[in-house]
Amino acid sequence: MKVTVNGEPLEIEKPLSVKDFLVVAKAEQPEYVTVQLNGEFVDHSGFETTTVQDGDTIEFLYFMGGGAK
Amino acid sequence: MSKLTNEQLERYSRHIILKQVGGKGQEKLLGGKVLVIGTGGLGAPAAMYLAAAGVGTIGLVDFDVVDLSNLQRQIIHQTADVGKPKIQSGKETIAAMNPDVDVHTYNELVTSANIRDIIRDQDYDFIIDGTDNFPAKFLINDACVFEKKPFVHAGIIRFQGQLMTYVPGEGPCYRCVFPTMPPKDAVPTCRQAGVLGVMGGVIGTLQATEALKYILGIGDLLTGYLLTFDALKMNFRKVKIPRNPSCAVCGDHPTITELIDYEQPTCDLKK
Repeated sequence: MKVTVNGEPLEIEKPLSVKDFLVVAKAEQPEYVTVQLNGEFVDHSGFETTTVQDGDTIEFLYFMGGGAK
Repeated sequence: MSKLTNEQLERYSRHIILKQVGGKGQEKLLGGKVLVIGTGGLGAPAAMYLAAAGVGTIGLVDFDVVDLSNLQRQIIHQTADVGKPKIQSGKETIAAMNPDVDVHTYNELVTSANIRDIIRDQDYDFIIDGTDNFPAKFLINDACVFEKKPFVHAGIIRFQGQLMTYVPGEGPCYRCVFPTMPPKDAVPTCRQAGVLGVMGGVIGTLQATEALKYILGIGDLLTGYLLTFDALKMNFRKVKIPRNPSCAVCGDHPTITELIDYEQPTCDLKK
């Protein structure tokens, strides 16, 4: 099955929970990432119960500080 | 008839010739008031382009002094400014660049106790978040939501940057996307991870662009979008982000109704 992660295509073998998907898709710092599944935010409390399926579009949005120092 | 002087007509001629700006737009810019919080990697180029553009009132907020390690990217400060308060150095650079600009300086760390007063001081039209830490970023977001002021968030690290614009009532705030602060030291700072000097220029200049567009009332702002930039891949992406109805500060039933002073990160790797 094919999904799109941050604009790039990714093949996964079977539907995965967001929690497992973060590992497979190599999300940086999965405990702090904001996840969007098909445009909707997925709350961290729903990472185990929400499933990534064929054709889904996923965005990982990361904290970015920096600037002044 | 235009209220612009002959000198202003010449100085801003490349603006005035743009049909989206014109003499009227330039007058709007000269009447515009932008607050730049943090005069570092992001705030330095942002403030300089705003000043060059003729934004008539610019507020600079910073509590720090210029350090030699700042000069790789904080182009508003010069070598001779090392040791000087950043706001003073910034004010001098702007004064030398454009006498049309009235610079207001705030030699303070933004906190829950002062940020709303600083925003109200000149009734700023637009706020630029040029800070380097998450306590300040959340504070600026919440203060702008409470004060009903638009602002542009940005962050830079290594070869990456991001920005988004909040306009009250028109889209998500920073907390809609990032509901809670990351724990201290969980997300690396530029000091810890490094940053290519130009990143502040690219992203800070985009912040200034949003401020100018807002004042001019032209184009589409980055409301409802997070723009990310990867300099190594030379790739810009605009990710559509919805307003979060359960957002703690701008949602339908807000649970955050007062400003919060989160713990300021320590400068453990500074020296």
